[in-house]
Amino acid sequence: MYDAGKIISGIIIFFILVSFPIWISAASGTIGDVPELNLPADEEQCVEDAEWMRANHMDLLIDWRETVVREGVRVYTASDGKEYNMSLTDTCLDCHSPKAEFCDQCHDYVAAVPNCWSCHVDPGGS
Amino acid sequence: MNALYAFFAVALLMLVAFFGVWGLGWNTLFAVMIPYAALAIFIIGLIYRVVKWARAPVPFHIPTTCGQQKSLPWIKSDRIESPSSTMGVVARMAMEILLFRSLFRNDKVQLEDKKRVTFQGNRVLWLGGLVFHWSLLIILFRHSRLFMQPVPDFMIFVRDIDGILQGLIPAVFITDIAILMALTYLFLRRVVFPQVRYISLPSDYFALFLLLGVVILGVLVKTAWKVDIEGVKVLAMGMFTFNPVVPEGIGPAFYIHIFLASVLLAYFPFSKLMHGPGIFLSPTRNLINNSRAVRHINPWDYPVKVHTYEEWEDEFREAIRGVGLPLEKE
Ligand code: HEC
Ligand code: HEC
Ligand code: HEC
Repeated sequence: MYDAGKIISGIIIFFILVSFPIWISAASGTIGDVPELNLPADEEQCVEDAEWMRANHMDLLIDWRETVVREGVRVYTASDGKEYNMSLTDTCLDCHSPKAEFCDQCHDYVAAVPNCWSCHVDPGGS
Repeated sequence: MNALYAFFAVALLMLVAFFGVWGLGWNTLFAVMIPYAALAIFIIGLIYRVVKWARAPVPFHIPTTCGQQKSLPWIKSDRIESPSSTMGVVARMAMEILLFRSLFRNDKVQLEDKKRVTFQGNRVLWLGGLVFHWSLLIILFRHSRLFMQPVPDFMIFVRDIDGILQGLIPAVFITDIAILMALTYLFLRRVVFPQVRYISLPSDYFALFLLLGVVILGVLVKTAWKVDIEGVKVLAMGMFTFNPVVPEGIGPAFYIHIFLASVLLAYFPFSKLMHGPGIFLSPTRNLINNSRAVRHINPWDYPVKVHTYEEWEDEFREAIRGVGLPLEKE
């Protein structure tokens, strides 16, 4: 091999660079942590199916917001026929409070930073 | 026709992933085994190809230059376009890799009135290529949040800049739109211009369609065909700690996305996509233009048995002297 030194260091630098997430995580010692969700003890069911909620709750919330603010309709009929007040604070956080033990757990994990809390209050928070 | 072959190949791959997961439930195969295998093929294949190139000798000193070579001190030389030092080469390579300098020089040649040939700068391909590659880099960087725990602020910062058009949830990313437009252009270019179409092979289209497929599904998993992103991250972090768990119900779109990305990764070392590493190993770009100052030794040179004039004269001295011809050495 010609220029073996340059070639080998080039390859090593490339792989170190592209694997930077691993080194950062490994250095922090939290690499295996997963979100710990504090699910409501006295409730069985979310507004919609939990699996659907995990992927789609943001769309649901935006939908709620638009319906309330633009159309003035405040009642949401879930697919199982149950009715909910379309409210972030009064409904979601009524069951899922404090948000630090539920919403934030996931959001910190995937680095989602919803800006809702600059206006909406978190009743369980300090 | 070539485009169709490639299109069907990519469509088939998508169907395989979709039915493999949705129909057969082979989630672990598509989420863990295939990505691991693809990564292994990528790493080994990449090293193999680069080492193979590095074993090929460079017989001649062939930098292609576009500027005045360094010569006499009072002649101004172009230190980057005709580099005379290692720093010059580094700057030249950086311009090539980060800004696609030589593609910027792309010209269109036209025959005017069948009499006059005209050359015109043609920067569209340069722009398309640059937008595509930079978008891809930023998108890959944004993905790093799924492989990092905790996610550092600079990643969120880049994401927020990229999503500055927000106002909508899900956020609209500038790079997502840019890469879709760039890939569409790169594809249309091959179909619309007859000269380019003539030289386009199925493999050219295959790489484009594969990338388009990955990008389109990537946009879908965030918008219309949502997946459980938290589950995806649990899976990704599990793979890094070699303890993969496949969470239930991530959503089929994710599996198609990751399968196409795996195919792309595994295909990379054996395809024209190797132009990425290849640019670093291009003798026309990475050599210093100093062939007049430093002798380039051809590694192919072997000791040739030579017969110099002096030796020849020694051999025939008497005969030469006999016929009265002049001699170098009496
Ligand atoms: C009536 C109480 C109640 C309300 C109101 C409620 N949830 Fe839930 N939620 C639950 C319960 C109980 C679960 C667990 C369900 C299960 O595991 O099957 C859950 C699960 C979830 C999950 C999935 C968590 C996981 O990983 O399993 C998400 C996300 C979620 N809720 C978001 C929301 C949002 C957003 C709202 C407001 C639109 C909301 N919830 C309103 C009770 C509620
Ligand atoms: C199971 C994990 C999980 C839980 C629990 C959860 N979220 Fe989310 N949330 C996510 C993920 C994943 C995203 C999307 C992140 C992305 O696309 O970058 C998200 C995004 C959002 C968004 C859109 C933000 C954006 O910028 O895209 C809102 C709003 C939101 N969540 C509200 C809530 C609220 C309110 C709760 C608590 C009631 C909650 N979420 C609980 C995982 C979760
Ligand atoms: C600029 C401040 C602001 C921000 C940021 C904001 N909202 Fe609101 N939101 C409001 C106001 C004001 C209302 C109207 C309250 C009403 O009429 O009861 C509202 C109403 C709503 C409602 C229906 C009423 C209720 O009680 O909840 C929902 C749902 C909602 N917002 C969700 C969200 C979500 C999700 C986010 C984050 C993605 C968000 N909002 C961010 C100001 C804000």
